[in-house]
Amino acid sequence: MEQKYIPKASLKAWLGKVRDDGRRLYAPVTENGKTSFRRVKSADEISMEHVQTAQSAKGVAFPRTERLFSYVRQPDGDVTLQDYDPSAIPDTVVFGLRPCDAAALKPLSGIFGWDTEDKPFSERMRRVVFVGVSCSRCDAFCFCTSVGGHPGSAEGSDILLTVVGDGEGYLAEIVTDRGRALVEKGGDLFESATGISKEDYLAEVPVRFSVEEVQRKMAGAFEGDIWKSQSARCLGCGACAFVCPACACFDIQENARGSGAGDRIRCWDSCGFSLFTLHTSGHNPRSTQSQRWRQRLLHKFCYMPQRLSVRGCTGCGRCSRACPVDMNLAEHLGEFEHL
Amino acid sequence: MNTEFEPKILAFVCNWCTYAGADLTGTSRIKYASNVKIVRFPCTGRIDFMLLLKAFAGGSDGVIVSGCHPNDCHYTSGNFHARRRWIVFRELLDFLGIDVRRIQFSWVSAAEGAKWADVVNKTVDNIRALGPYTEYRRAAEYLAGNEDVLLKEQEVTQ
Amino acid sequence: MNELRSKAKELLDSKAVDLFIGYEEGTRLPRPLIATSAEEADRLIFDERCTGNLAVYLTRKDLAAGGRKVGIVASYYAMRSISRLLDENQLREGAVKVFGLTQDGGLTLFEAIADVKQYLQETPAPSRQVEDEWAKEIAEMSAAERWKYWTGELSKCFKCYACRAACPMCYCTRCIVEVNRPQWLQPWAATMSNMEWQLNRVMHMAGRCSDCGACGAACPLGLPVHIIAHKMTEIVRQNFGEPTETGNVLSTFSPNDKENFIG
Repeated sequence: MEQKYIPKASLKAWLGKVRDDGRRLYAPVTENGKTSFRRVKSADEISMEHVQTAQSAKGVAFPRTERLFSYVRQPDGDVTLQDYDPSAIPDTVVFGLRPCDAAALKPLSGIFGWDTEDKPFSERMRRVVFVGVSCSRCDAFCFCTSVGGHPGSAEGSDILLTVVGDGEGYLAEIVTDRGRALVEKGGDLFESATGISKEDYLAEVPVRFSVEEVQRKMAGAFEGDIWKSQSARCLGCGACAFVCPACACFDIQENARGSGAGDRIRCWDSCGFSLFTLHTSGHNPRSTQSQRWRQRLLHKFCYMPQRLSVRGCTGCGRCSRACPVDMNLAEHLGEFEHL
Repeated sequence: MNTEFEPKILAFVCNWCTYAGADLTGTSRIKYASNVKIVRFPCTGRIDFMLLLKAFAGGSDGVIVSGCHPNDCHYTSGNFHARRRWIVFRELLDFLGIDVRRIQFSWVSAAEGAKWADVVNKTVDNIRALGPYTEYRRAAEYLAGNEDVLLKEQEVTQ
Repeated sequence: MNELRSKAKELLDSKAVDLFIGYEEGTRLPRPLIATSAEEADRLIFDERCTGNLAVYLTRKDLAAGGRKVGIVASYYAMRSISRLLDENQLREGAVKVFGLTQDGGLTLFEAIADVKQYLQETPAPSRQVEDEWAKEIAEMSAAERWKYWTGELSKCFKCYACRAACPMCYCTRCIVEVNRPQWLQPWAATMSNMEWQLNRVMHMAGRCSDCGACGAACPLGLPVHIIAHKMTEIVRQNFGEPTETGNVLSTFSPNDKENFIG
């Protein structure tokens, strides 16, 4: 993999050039103590002091609310349809996503590309370049190394930056052609990099459990009591799913405007909600929170590996940080190992 | 063509007093502003606060809510209950920055045809001075072709 | 703490309660623990960091509402919720034993909710200074500034409904956001529908809200939704006085309610 070096002082200049052909730049911005990805007008707005952003970057490809098509009924009774318009999607650069977020693009693409390709998702993905930044710090919720990830993993990123030295510059690993094109826009700002090893500058994320063992035990625990004991305090909100970089469940809704016109809308949904599987008949195959919790874990750690050859969890720990009642995922997964 | 702003007003009124009062305005041949569309309810107690917001989202610039005077309610206390709801709802809306000047509450009895004309005319004048209520509409209709706003909203989700 | 543990164990062992709802040590902060055995009760803690409102678990069908007897630790504001839940017939007197955090920082066992009510009446509520000042700051803005502030904050909301899930008074089995005939609220996340959701949530809380702040504490995005609920508490108090036990403020009325805004 080709490596380059960019001094910290030049990074802003490069990000400025990245924007100059009309691309949108999304980067972490800190506001009221919470860091989120925002569209930034200047590189000065970017903050990289956080361990993890409150939300993942998945909204770039899978927005929380999206119009799939619109319709208008004509006076003669015919209906004209305005299909999804990919030309309205802007070219975008996402700067500063962590390796666990970048790794989650694979399970997301797996879900949206499975069987029938999802047009809005794939059209958006086609227009995004991901510039990852390795982790030099971690917190008590991080467990990427337990699920096959790494604080310096380049998987999913087009370019991966790692802060090296005493923070005076970045090692840039160019992963894809899209990433190369973006680096080339920087011209002389990038220098050649020799003899720098990023390994010296990465966070040490402890391995919390053997994921193979967890998956094996979990697959045989369908009828077990562990789901109930783990989910006893779960409140049934959707916070974990909505902050998760790999959760892809959505609802389809109708924005009917009364005059025979309307939109078909896709919005985020969560398997933790009690209405998620409610049938029209009134029957609910997952009627208790423990069944919904079981579905959440089995989907991520058994069904997705079986069907898509990828886990639905990258160890970012967001669900655990966001949970109002501290449902710590790494801790819960660890319990399966000792089942 | 007249390009002056014509306010759209929606009036939620009770069947027993204000609706009958508005009827009297008509049979009395009293002229009043034609900007108002009336929606008839069994009682003011039956008017859900969400309807007022739906009116704004749907394009109204102002709203009138009107029913029987206190102690005149056909169902004894519907208007008293409604008054309580309006007190808290109005102050809550104001706290969130929603323009409460655009909501006119009133009591109009079945005998007050002239008062109804007066309430409507005054409300239309007020709303005309305030201009169209675009803020609410824009926020509510962002999916209807307002891609810029849509994209702006997505910024914060990522 | 040891007293709490031994008392909880005693209650569980003697089958005086079927489960005990309290706190245990969590990742960063204490988290809820629903203990069903003396062994689990050994993990119980209670200190000033336990600011949540555990009363939210009392209406859960699989926990307390299923006819089981429950012990629970409660802050002043959680005790208010418990009292309110009794008024709304969501709890049975005799089914709940409350360990209340009293003003002196100690725990007092209330055998009946009637005793909790008595305590609440005699004791002034702990200060809500932060919320008071926050609400005041917003109220002093111009209407346009307030609109900007709230649309800015609520545009971030992604409708995970953690505010609803964390609230002891949001116990409806079918919430207004989940009905679609008629569809009062758009179920997707967007500024206006987010704001309308909060308006509905808080309107339904009028006079019922204990002002515990659990909704705001639960928000994964840190949105100040509890300030809206706090404001509602203020509005209700200013207009109708302290909440009473006879129904919620919107299901009753007074002939003397103000009408200076009605033309």
